[in-house]
Amino acid sequence: MDLDIVELSRLQFAMTALYHFLFVPLTLGLSILVAIMETVYVMTNRPIWRQMTKFWGTLFGINFVLGVATGITMEFQFGMNWSYYSHYVGDIFGAPLAIEGLMAFFLEATFVGLFFFGWDKLSKVAHCVVTWLVAIGSNFSALWILIANGWMQNPVGATFNPMTMRMEMDDFAAVLFNPVAQAKFVHTVSAGYVTASVFVLGVSAWYLLKGRHQDLARRSITVAASFGLASALSVVVLGDESGYDAGLNQKMKMAAIEAMWETEPAPASFTLFGIPDREARETHYAFHIPYVMGLIGTRSLNTEIPGIEDLVAEAEGRIRNGLNAYDALMEIRGAGNDVTPQMVSRFEESSADLGYAFLLLRYTDDPRTATEAQILQAADDTVPHVFPIFWAFRIMVGLGFAFIGIMAYFFVRSSFRGMTYPRWALRAAVIVIPAPWIAAEMGWIVAEYGRQPWTVDGILPTALSVSHLGVGEVLFTIAGFVVFYTVLFIIEMGLMLKYIRKGPVQDAEETETWMRRHETRLAGPGAAPAE
Amino acid sequence: MILHELIDYGTLRVIWWVLLGVLLIGFALTDGFDMGVGALLPFVSRTDPERRLVINTVGPVWEGNQVWFILGGGAIFAAWPPLYAVSFSGFYLAMFLILAALIVRPVAFKYRSKRDGKVWRERWDWALCAAGAVPALVFGVAVGNVLRGVPFRLTDTLMPLYEGWGFLKLLALLNPFALLCGAVSLGMLLAHGAGWLMLKAEPGPITERARRIGSVAGTVAIAGYALAGLWLLVLTDGYHLAAPGVPDGPSNPLLSEVVKGGTWLSAYAARPWIVIAPIMGFAGMGLSVLGLRRGWEFVILASKIGILGMIASVGLTMFPIILPSSIAPDSSLTVWDASSSHQTLFIMLVATVIFLPIILAYTAWVYRVLWGKVTESDVTDNANSY
Repeated sequence: MDLDIVELSRLQFAMTALYHFLFVPLTLGLSILVAIMETVYVMTNRPIWRQMTKFWGTLFGINFVLGVATGITMEFQFGMNWSYYSHYVGDIFGAPLAIEGLMAFFLEATFVGLFFFGWDKLSKVAHCVVTWLVAIGSNFSALWILIANGWMQNPVGATFNPMTMRMEMDDFAAVLFNPVAQAKFVHTVSAGYVTASVFVLGVSAWYLLKGRHQDLARRSITVAASFGLASALSVVVLGDESGYDAGLNQKMKMAAIEAMWETEPAPASFTLFGIPDREARETHYAFHIPYVMGLIGTRSLNTEIPGIEDLVAEAEGRIRNGLNAYDALMEIRGAGNDVTPQMVSRFEESSADLGYAFLLLRYTDDPRTATEAQILQAADDTVPHVFPIFWAFRIMVGLGFAFIGIMAYFFVRSSFRGMTYPRWALRAAVIVIPAPWIAAEMGWIVAEYGRQPWTVDGILPTALSVSHLGVGEVLFTIAGFVVFYTVLFIIEMGLMLKYIRKGPVQDAEETETWMRRHETRLAGPGAAPAE
Repeated sequence: MILHELIDYGTLRVIWWVLLGVLLIGFALTDGFDMGVGALLPFVSRTDPERRLVINTVGPVWEGNQVWFILGGGAIFAAWPPLYAVSFSGFYLAMFLILAALIVRPVAFKYRSKRDGKVWRERWDWALCAAGAVPALVFGVAVGNVLRGVPFRLTDTLMPLYEGWGFLKLLALLNPFALLCGAVSLGMLLAHGAGWLMLKAEPGPITERARRIGSVAGTVAIAGYALAGLWLLVLTDGYHLAAPGVPDGPSNPLLSEVVKGGTWLSAYAARPWIVIAPIMGFAGMGLSVLGLRRGWEFVILASKIGILGMIASVGLTMFPIILPSSIAPDSSLTVWDASSSHQTLFIMLVATVIFLPIILAYTAWVYRVLWGKVTESDVTDNANSY
């Protein structure tokens, strides 16, 4: 493989993004679970709930800090490695990132310190409010990031400005209420809630298996199972919504997910298994379920879902039309201060396909001189790698349904069977701990790998988005990240395991002395001193 | 939306230029003392209880403070996309150094005291030291290079290209003038960190050492700042717009002509009032040195004024240039041609006007809740302390 700068930059981004998302889902979910536990403590005044808050809060902290640290990498990387992308879409894409800082990240980061350091300085209720602010901040943070990401999938509310050579925002509300972004947001945070629920469930199950910390473990399972069940259902429902939205605006991604080479008569069948083969344009050993795909993708019985072959043909047409836009753009840029309205209207006629002409820049410096073969090649490039996307999607969906089953089982046992759990189920709960992370990473592979060859769907090709850096520089930072992130991961896992093994002993002792110290205050004014 | 026409484009650009300064200065004032304290850590405290005390003076607040930096990055992306694109990729390896420091720092704070063991803790202490000192130095070096001009040019399609190769680019950043600016930056943040310890640590061996080191660092910052001013006057060329910029022109840096030559300091002849910034810089840092020597509890207020003045003086001197190009001056980014669109600047301003006061309010509340000196028993009583 040629080590070119585009591939290296993609590798680095994929690595750091997937790594970042090892910590994010747990932050999203655990912050809410901890806030729920503390709320129960405030309402019931039972020390066990305070212990739970502190114990899970400690694990939250160990995880949170790496989420923050690796998130900074993400924000910097756009400018460092994707400078043309930053220039080209910064007018739209930068805004949600900045608002994320203003509205969400400041909230979460300012109050997380108080969460750990404020137990003795705040009233019970005030501390609980602080915990909720951390949780709300984390979740709002996800909202703005996914608005930015949703725009890359479905670039609404913006037009190209030939004078500044970039996309500019013309409808902020459209960017905000982008249906793709909204569906993605709920899908993603729900996935975070499931992750945290599976985590709390698994760790608690381990305690029960070892016969330790029964009080904490049983209560934690009850909270995790009920919250987890609702979230697992939400993940699938909103995942379906995402799929439907993708069917509307990212037809190629949809076709790749389904490995649907040719357009089928409606309603299309769903391929449960198979081995997609890009060269042969067919899926070997495919096992189809009739009708299902048509229903998911179009919510109708008579709308066709276009297959990959047809979409390539469509892309070819758009490339040819994009060449008109490219030519008109060059005319405008050559005219300096003498741009005429005719030039502008000629550009605007086909400007929607300008990005397609950029696909040719991989093969020629001036797309207008592209040969027939290059145009066909560029059209073919619009097909992402079907095999990994097809399978990543199936693993994600399979796990998603499994979580509903697991959560429902534990919910029933905890609500109607007196919180008794057979040992096999507890073992299963421990084994399944890594599964939500796998599902989440698979989801991102479908979303981002499936968007290739674009960074912004239909607008800006990935190959054009990179910074002009040396191969050595990027190799160096990749090596740096690998070493650095591996060490941090080992340290983090070590600490997590240490604190899980240790259990809530210290929290229990601390809570006991704390409750004694504050007995008078907790009893409220006028109460007689207890000792 | 027509609403954004309420404020004209040129005014919005100036507002966002000011806000960029506010964010960077906000970062230096808040996260600056965290970094200063981190860099001072191995030198002001020797035993483990001492070190934990020092770390816990910033323990509850560094996380929020760091957001100033993240918000600064986001705001540059949103309001000055060409600046974000050119500077972050142009300073690639330097940015990676900062990134490494910003990743190590949170982890070091959080994980250091989660295990016993001298070696484990000692390593994290030095990590905190480096993670404070390296960004302080690199930011100064970056400012120095911005003043000298950065070797980039924009193609006809506004794609940034850079001169130089990989590590040589990084080495080229480390020129004498930039290193001088790095020393100023490190010196002022060390003095600032020492000032924070005067406020939060109980008087004792820690504050004694902080006073000694901090006053030396503050003196270095003052001397370096004066020397850098002289250097700008005598040795380094400035950059200027050849013709007055068009405040509401399209954001295309190639449309304006920038010339290299003369001195940056001619700005003080054109806009004499900006002399207030260097005066604040000298006076504030001078007071900070005096206060550290005398052991004032609130000496941090002085270093705040000093840092505010020193950073503001750079921006005010360069206005309206933001990032000059040394190899193709016409590619230089200015306030008039490197911003977001009119609409985006307006929306971002609305968001800032709503949220910045809220942020300041709750941040102030958090500092109030945490008010008071950190003692050794605070550290040992709280299982969550660092």
